[in-house]
Amino acid sequence: MGVSYAVLCAVGLAVVTVLTRGFFLLSERDLTLPPWAMQGLRYAPLAALVAVIAPEIVLTDGILIATWADARIYAVLVGTAYFAWRRGILGTIVSGTAVLLALNIGLGW
Amino acid sequence: MLAPSLGIAAWGLVTGVAMVKSGLSVPVAALMTIIVYAGSAQLAALPLIVAGAPLWVILATAFCVNLRFVIYSAHWRKYFGHLPRWQRLTLTYVAADLNYVLFVRRFPDPQPAPEQLPYFLGGVTWNWGSWQVASLLGVVLADRVPTEWGLGFAGVLALLGVTYSLLSGGKSWIAAGVAACAAVAAFGLPLNLNIVVGIAAGVVVGLLLDRAFPDTAVERV
Repeated sequence: MGVSYAVLCAVGLAVVTVLTRGFFLLSERDLTLPPWAMQGLRYAPLAALVAVIAPEIVLTDGILIATWADARIYAVLVGTAYFAWRRGILGTIVSGTAVLLALNIGLGW
Repeated sequence: MLAPSLGIAAWGLVTGVAMVKSGLSVPVAALMTIIVYAGSAQLAALPLIVAGAPLWVILATAFCVNLRFVIYSAHWRKYFGHLPRWQRLTLTYVAADLNYVLFVRRFPDPQPAPEQLPYFLGGVTWNWGSWQVASLLGVVLADRVPTEWGLGFAGVLALLGVTYSLLSGGKSWIAAGVAACAAVAAFGLPLNLNIVVGIAAGVVVGLLLDRAFPDTAVERV
């Protein structure tokens, strides 16, 4: 990964922040989106997050996880169990990361 | 504002650590934190940046993750639409989720009022500061943590929590499941196009389900 590529990504992402947070304030006139677009807005963030994290969780170098000795499995299971129990995002991160660190440092996975 | 800003700070810390432990250099991670200022989009972009994906795939993914802000912006227009363009874009640029939620709770009547701007500026300054200090601290600390600890994965766990919070009702579960399977199955595609395939599949299935079962439309996310 080149430095100029990474900097370009950072600048591009900043532009995305400005465009999305200010989307309906860009124009001087009032804008309205067609109903199907507003409907699609509900599913797109969910689909994008899932599309990014699913391969990160179940693949190693493009191949499905083939071992039980992978800390990611247990970190995700514990994080999921925490969310099912308390519905808290922060607790999901903390509990999952604790398992991740325990297995990676403790067992050297 | 104090209790939620602890949550913001913890989230910022994780984002800072995950950026460096995924392979970004400290200066680039610091730059990204300061100018992008959107945690979920940064974390979602990370695996793609590390894989060297084309810029448009990265930006399209971040745009989708940020679409909730597009919905907020329609609401912000009612309060700030009368201001000059550069001013209203500067204001919304620094308006995070928490600022939006607190502001519309404090000013439920959607029209401009003189006390709104001071309230807004106080909120965004506090949120911005909590986030930036914690995130930069994470960037600096991560440099001293061994890569073998696998802390880059904490970013995925953070996104997992956000994903669960967006799931409401059977249709959203199905759309998410389809997006996940499509993104994994299409992983062999070049240019990280599996992400685009996953997003398209999830949105199309969601829209089809809404058409087939309109009475159970998911709540707005």
